[in-house]
Amino acid sequence: MNLNRIFNKYRTFPHGIHPLGHKELTAGKAIRRVAFAPEMVIPLSQHRGAPAVATVVPGQEVVRGEPIAEPGGFVSVPMHSPVTGSVKSIDALVPSAAGPKVRAIVIHTYEASTQEVLYDCPRDLESMTSEQLVQAVQDAGMVGLGGAAFPSHVKMLPPKGKKIDTLLVNGCECEPYLTCDHRIMLERADSLIRGIEMALRATGAGRAIIGVEDNKLDAVVHIRSRLPSGGRISVEAVETKYPQGAEKMLILALLKQEVPSGGIPADIGVAVYNVGTLAQLGDLVPESRGLIERVVTLSGPGIERPGNYLVPIGTPLRFLLGQARSRSDANEIIIGGPMMGMSVASLDVPVTKGVSGVVVLEPKDPDQRPRPIYPCIKCSDCLDACPVNLNPSMLGQLAQVREYGTMEQAYHLNDCFECGCCSYVCPSNIPLTQYFRIAKAINREAAVAAAH
Amino acid sequence: MALTSKPIEIRTSPHIRKAISVAQIMRNVVYALLPICAWSVYKFGLSALLLLLTTTVACALSESLFCWLSGRNNTVRDFSVIITGLLLGLTLPPGFPLWMAAVAGFMAIGLGKALFGGLGYNVMNPALVGRAFVQAAFPVAITTWTPAFVPGRFSEAIPSTLTTPFMTPPDATVWIQALAIDGFTGATPLALQKFEHISASTIDLLTGVLAGSAGESSALLVFLCGLYLALRGMMDWRIPAAVFTGTILTSLPFYLVSPEIYPSPQFMILSGGLMLGAMFMASDMVGSPLTPRGIWLYGFSIGFLTVMIRLFGGLTEGVMYAILIGNVLTPLIDSVTQPRVYGARRQEERP
Repeated sequence: MNLNRIFNKYRTFPHGIHPLGHKELTAGKAIRRVAFAPEMVIPLSQHRGAPAVATVVPGQEVVRGEPIAEPGGFVSVPMHSPVTGSVKSIDALVPSAAGPKVRAIVIHTYEASTQEVLYDCPRDLESMTSEQLVQAVQDAGMVGLGGAAFPSHVKMLPPKGKKIDTLLVNGCECEPYLTCDHRIMLERADSLIRGIEMALRATGAGRAIIGVEDNKLDAVVHIRSRLPSGGRISVEAVETKYPQGAEKMLILALLKQEVPSGGIPADIGVAVYNVGTLAQLGDLVPESRGLIERVVTLSGPGIERPGNYLVPIGTPLRFLLGQARSRSDANEIIIGGPMMGMSVASLDVPVTKGVSGVVVLEPKDPDQRPRPIYPCIKCSDCLDACPVNLNPSMLGQLAQVREYGTMEQAYHLNDCFECGCCSYVCPSNIPLTQYFRIAKAINREAAVAAAH
Repeated sequence: MALTSKPIEIRTSPHIRKAISVAQIMRNVVYALLPICAWSVYKFGLSALLLLLTTTVACALSESLFCWLSGRNNTVRDFSVIITGLLLGLTLPPGFPLWMAAVAGFMAIGLGKALFGGLGYNVMNPALVGRAFVQAAFPVAITTWTPAFVPGRFSEAIPSTLTTPFMTPPDATVWIQALAIDGFTGATPLALQKFEHISASTIDLLTGVLAGSAGESSALLVFLCGLYLALRGMMDWRIPAAVFTGTILTSLPFYLVSPEIYPSPQFMILSGGLMLGAMFMASDMVGSPLTPRGIWLYGFSIGFLTVMIRLFGGLTEGVMYAILIGNVLTPLIDSVTQPRVYGARRQEERP
């Protein structure tokens, strides 16, 4: 607990941390398009749920925006071709950010093509029923663009017996370095509002609240000036604090409600969407287009031309970093933000639908210095940082003696969403978040083994 | 393409860390203790300086010894052992024989810290373990108080300081009488209060011109040094706050009933080692609870126990045992005050 932070006028959740934002590197940079890579790699499993199933064959010519894979189930989305070109392979094994290799469609880009999206068909949203809207969202291949990559249409259909009454629109962007959502709110406010109205109709919710951190008040003012009359949509500033953009934290900050432990927001009648997702929906669904590009923040001390880029899905990192000129001594490349993102093992990893940023760090960066690990000194900083009120110190000590079962049963391990606050504040540099990830994986394996 | 020429590294998230380390926290605690040490040296002269040096060096050497015995890297550089040494020196009487101080330092680290596994694993505050040991081993030496601001204190040590190892120190009364200081009884403010019901004035307690151990002096200075740590976020302000609240709430009823016999709450807080204990020992991270409710409960208990020992115990000062008991209670307090997890059903909603 810090004496200096007792007063703040904006709503928030208890605990959390205040890392340096580094947003000034890119916040003023308008979204720019990058060139098309000569070869696009589209993994079939770049969202939560079942992998998509390829519908093209090697050698087939595809135009930009054409569907190339169909959903593999209800919790799955189709893929669309990000370029006009020819299919080189439909089951190439490519590295992924998470580590294991995944199946992907590889498309060779036609250099002479204008890359105009010809594959679309305007439609009248007013005449569509909510079921048709949900189907349209799935057909667009939309997933949560904030990083979770959960299929958007699934959240529009709450489980039986549940009703969604409030739509929360997440414009917090609490991860350091990332500014893509900020730019989207400034540059594509009308698309965002169109997307929100569509989501309100599809879910049947009565109101929508856009939550924006108070370091982006220009976005708050701008969106407010574009809001339609009727008052169903409002914009609220919330305190700049990590992890304000976590679904559960935003719900607590704006609605003063908690999602039940082990439950989902729909249990309390809430659905949370990222601003980038809804802005894309507002652009794509009226034209029946598919998701083929997204805004990615390229930033960090290891990038010479940081900025917000409109990147075709499937662009390999190697090509993208070449465009943004990564420095030659860069040593860590993070997909996503530095708090929850993953460092990649290969530059052949492509940009997928859930990639909101690429942060490149250098060895001279203070965060890259070696940090000796001390024993836990029970300073309780991690308890004061944990947004879900866990006891990371105790969990860490239990992890060291491999009491994984106790961690889950007595200390609520499964409520941890791996935001990284505990590791961030730990003066002993104990990799608490990593301990918890491992403990969860071991518990999952044990549960699977016990079921057999 | 200016792509990376180095092999890229894989790390686990979070990829950024707060710029703070254990060594940094410990170093700042040492900085916060230095003004108190300086005041103590100014007040008691050469003896206090030698005492602080002896305890610190004894602690550091013991730590090195135990690290070597257990085949681990030497942990002296994390500064926590320096804190133990300084705190121990500050709690001992200024004329305490140096060889006994060295024993105290050895026991503090050996019995209080190394035995449990070193930094982070000790149950009790090592400095207080060392002091408790010598309190039992050398009951006379540890209750022999010498006057402050003796002329010539910077050139000559108090006779008992330089006692030959394993020998009983010379009787201090002879030396004190030779100094011919009027009105010095060798009693600390707490002892005067307890046995003769004479309370020292608040101003004297705040500035610390009275007899007592180095750390029992100047509540104001100790408070300011603690405040520095709290403002830098390196000490949990809730612990001293809870100790003070506990002390006031426990001593106030007695004072209200019979102000002639029982001391006032402000005397309770400003006298003895309470300020140093609350600011630097009870708030020692390792021995204090983790949970928010636990921290308050722990502080209240220490305040309560201190007052109880002072009023009804055989000893004049109860802070040391109160904190040691608080330390021992910590795991229990932690286990019954686990925080309510986000989204967990409240007690009354459970089926």
